[in-house]
Amino acid sequence: MIIAIASGKGGTGKTTVAVNLALSLDNVQFLDCDVEEPNAHIFLKSHLSRAESAVIPVPEIDESKCTYCGTCRDVCAYHALAVVPASEGRKGSVLNFPHLCHGCGACRLLCPNGAIREVNKEIGRIEFGARDGMEFIHGRLNIGEAMSPPVIRQVKYYIKPARIVIIDAPPGTSCPVITAVKGSDFCILVTEPTPFGLNDLVLAVEVVRKLNIPCGVVINRADIGDGKVEAYCRSESIPVLMKIPFKREIAAWYSEGIPLVERDAAYRQTFINLYITICGIINETNSCC
Amino acid sequence: MKLCITCVGKTLDSSVDPRFGRCGNFIFFDTDTGVFTAVENGNAQFPGGAGIQSAQAVIAQGAKAVFTGNIGPNAHRVLSAGGIEVFIGVAGTVQEAIEGYKNGRYTAAERPSVGEKSGMSAG
Repeated sequence: MIIAIASGKGGTGKTTVAVNLALSLDNVQFLDCDVEEPNAHIFLKSHLSRAESAVIPVPEIDESKCTYCGTCRDVCAYHALAVVPASEGRKGSVLNFPHLCHGCGACRLLCPNGAIREVNKEIGRIEFGARDGMEFIHGRLNIGEAMSPPVIRQVKYYIKPARIVIIDAPPGTSCPVITAVKGSDFCILVTEPTPFGLNDLVLAVEVVRKLNIPCGVVINRADIGDGKVEAYCRSESIPVLMKIPFKREIAAWYSEGIPLVERDAAYRQTFINLYITICGIINETNSCC
Repeated sequence: MKLCITCVGKTLDSSVDPRFGRCGNFIFFDTDTGVFTAVENGNAQFPGGAGIQSAQAVIAQGAKAVFTGNIGPNAHRVLSAGGIEVFIGVAGTVQEAIEGYKNGRYTAAERPSVGEKSGMSAG
């Protein structure tokens, strides 16, 4: 089973929910897909034992075969190639902008002269680790790189659906989030009861609905703000799965990297109940479709 | 010789657009005949690669010099590869830019003047 934890707004408590849920269950595989800022390992204190490169294929041009026809430039949807034809004694050239390349392979496939081959370019790292029985994997996008989805896909390549897979997604509603959440059986949307929290929750709900993933909401810092998040959930028939109170000691533990369930054991049962509720919703969804 | 001037409008009395890749229009002016054409910049809204595509458009038109406010690193690289001179810091009207060039007022830029995506905020 794959459960993704996402949120429109950043800083609502995705990692808090993901980490504590994971620590309350057995047979968990934890994937931190917030590759621009992975931080779950700080709370899980997982021992990272192995790493590999995260790569995308980028074109390499053999100018001895190139006729500067411009096909590669014309098929590149991301404007990562420029072709300057030869003229007035100046030889032609192909200019490659690998940081704009999405690694789609169209240029190699469609070059009429077979002048393009693909070479792997490292854009990040994937790190593997464990904590007790929990398997842990996260991605880390290299500084200066703009594209996180390939790193997220490489993390998700290692998914073991027979286990309880917990995916900590990046914030927002764009490509990285969609890449992280896609294929999940359920998505927990973490929010806070503020106008910002509500605004971004509405956007996140639109995303998961488009992906046909059942979702529910966890309201963090539940006793600040107003009742509009709950009113919205009611009107949209989205279950509010859990509320986490706004408490000084929770913030203090967080700042020390200590998960909630390790300081207040009662929360363990709360997170187990969250999991049971989610299983119920998934079974219901499956039986009615 | 054909000149390319980035332009907010489509006439010789409209202002030079300070952006290259995301300028409104390109004006191509033939110094031999005095004839000009205005071409709308279809790359202005690209999320990425606008400078590269605009430089390709300038090369395709056969221009030999570009007059604009600023130029980024990618566009500068493509224009240099095409043997096109780039004059930056150009302001005022297109007509004034052309006269300035004829009077030798500008010197070609050896390197880009701004970073990537600089034209996005101004757009």
